[in-house]
Amino acid sequence: MNEQITLEVLRYRPEESSKQIYQSYDVPFKKEWVILDALNYIKDELDGTLSYRWSCRMGVCGSCGMMVNGEPVLSCASFLETFHPGPIRIEPLENFPVVRDLVSEMSDFMEKLERVQPWLIRKDEDPPEGEYLQTPSQLMDYKNYSMCINCMLCYSACPVYGLEPSFLGPAAIALGQRYNLDSRDQGEKIRNAVLSEDDGIWQCTLVGECSAVCPKDVDPAAAIQRLKVSTTVDFFKSFLMPWQNR
Amino acid sequence: MPDNHEYIKYHPRWHRTPIPVFWWIQKWVYIKFILRELTSIAVMSFALVLLFHVRALIQGPQAYSDLTELLSTPISLILHSIALISLLYHSITWFSLAPKALTVRIGKWRIPDQLIIGMNMLAWIFISFVIGWLMVTM
Amino acid sequence: MRRHIEPFWWALFSSGGTLAAFFLPVLIFIMGIAIPLGWIESPGYEKLFALVSNLHIRVFLFSLISLSLFHWAHRFRFTLYDGLQLKHLNRLIAVLCYGSAITGTLMTGYILIIFSSH
Repeated sequence: MNEQITLEVLRYRPEESSKQIYQSYDVPFKKEWVILDALNYIKDELDGTLSYRWSCRMGVCGSCGMMVNGEPVLSCASFLETFHPGPIRIEPLENFPVVRDLVSEMSDFMEKLERVQPWLIRKDEDPPEGEYLQTPSQLMDYKNYSMCINCMLCYSACPVYGLEPSFLGPAAIALGQRYNLDSRDQGEKIRNAVLSEDDGIWQCTLVGECSAVCPKDVDPAAAIQRLKVSTTVDFFKSFLMPWQNR
Repeated sequence: MPDNHEYIKYHPRWHRTPIPVFWWIQKWVYIKFILRELTSIAVMSFALVLLFHVRALIQGPQAYSDLTELLSTPISLILHSIALISLLYHSITWFSLAPKALTVRIGKWRIPDQLIIGMNMLAWIFISFVIGWLMVTM
Repeated sequence: MRRHIEPFWWALFSSGGTLAAFFLPVLIFIMGIAIPLGWIESPGYEKLFALVSNLHIRVFLFSLISLSLFHWAHRFRFTLYDGLQLKHLNRLIAVLCYGSAITGTLMTGYILIIFSSH
């Protein structure tokens, strides 16, 4: 019952070397263990210098994303058993600069989230007495896009973001669309101006991997495509009905 | 990066991995993607072939029979077969991705994605049969 | 608000892609494979000429050919950008791709217009 499985972890320790190297660790192979459990085992029992991010270990916080055998996944939601008999390759998320070991630099992503103005924009400044009302079917219009946990797996899966780091990217655009589709919001015009800038939706070539890797089944690819359609409709409308521009 | 970076005494030395030029052969999904994108070459080529058909019709029966002869050469048949395979791939991927861009509602009911794909495919097959039937009975 | 031209190209790209998806496979099969191999008998010069003389057919052919060209131009532009990492040639590639499609469209228009005078 002492079966082991090997994890090949891509490590980066800038104070020792400017190169990344694979380091192998043998950990107990347990059916109930996810990759994150194996990493915690390494950290506790084998090598305390290994760095990685994690928090909730239940697929909610979005901090433990990494490449496992070349696919971006949440390490708390990927069982060792899936990769039996191994070895399992563990690498930091692709398309992001690496700070150390499996820790990637995410301030670019944070700045992009902010840029799409992900909050309710209202024309009238006075908030209503109580709350803005919304029906369940109005909620369903955007609910899918509101499930995002900012784990950045979609950015890792997106070759366009890898090639063009200025690209606004899947999660930020989906988040913008989430507020556009919210019946309480009135900021679509302001937001779409940002979303359809040069580094916005038009960079996307619909590889579709963002939606495929999302652990929360958000569909950023669809958000981007629908924005292309609505922006195109607005574009032709502004020619046919110029009096509607503001 | 935001401009308002705070001063960090020991700035972390980030490691960046450059993207290889042939990134699209590294994963099966990327290969399928690049093949889908390359079908556009077949679309463009056959659009030009169509144009040559029309031009030959203008130039007269002689030019048209020359074109017919050219079309039955093995090279032409091979190129047309490649174009056909490309276009089938284009059509299938195009209709499969249609629900990403389209949401169709009847009242409050949103038509499910699979149904949109199915309706597109059926329309495609129907159109193909109609055109085929017209050409045979013309 | 700055107005971007991108939606215009995308509209041509997607309508071209849709027309190509519906109509081109069967046309390639009939004109490029089935007729040359004798699986289907060719309607012959006279009938085809009469067919293309029809104004509706010519408008349809114009849309099909021109939009297919724009579909290619837009898609191929991004294939070059991303597939070969030629972002620095951005402008040149855009001019070449859309320029070819525009030239092709003009040629198509010309050929289909002189068809009516025959």
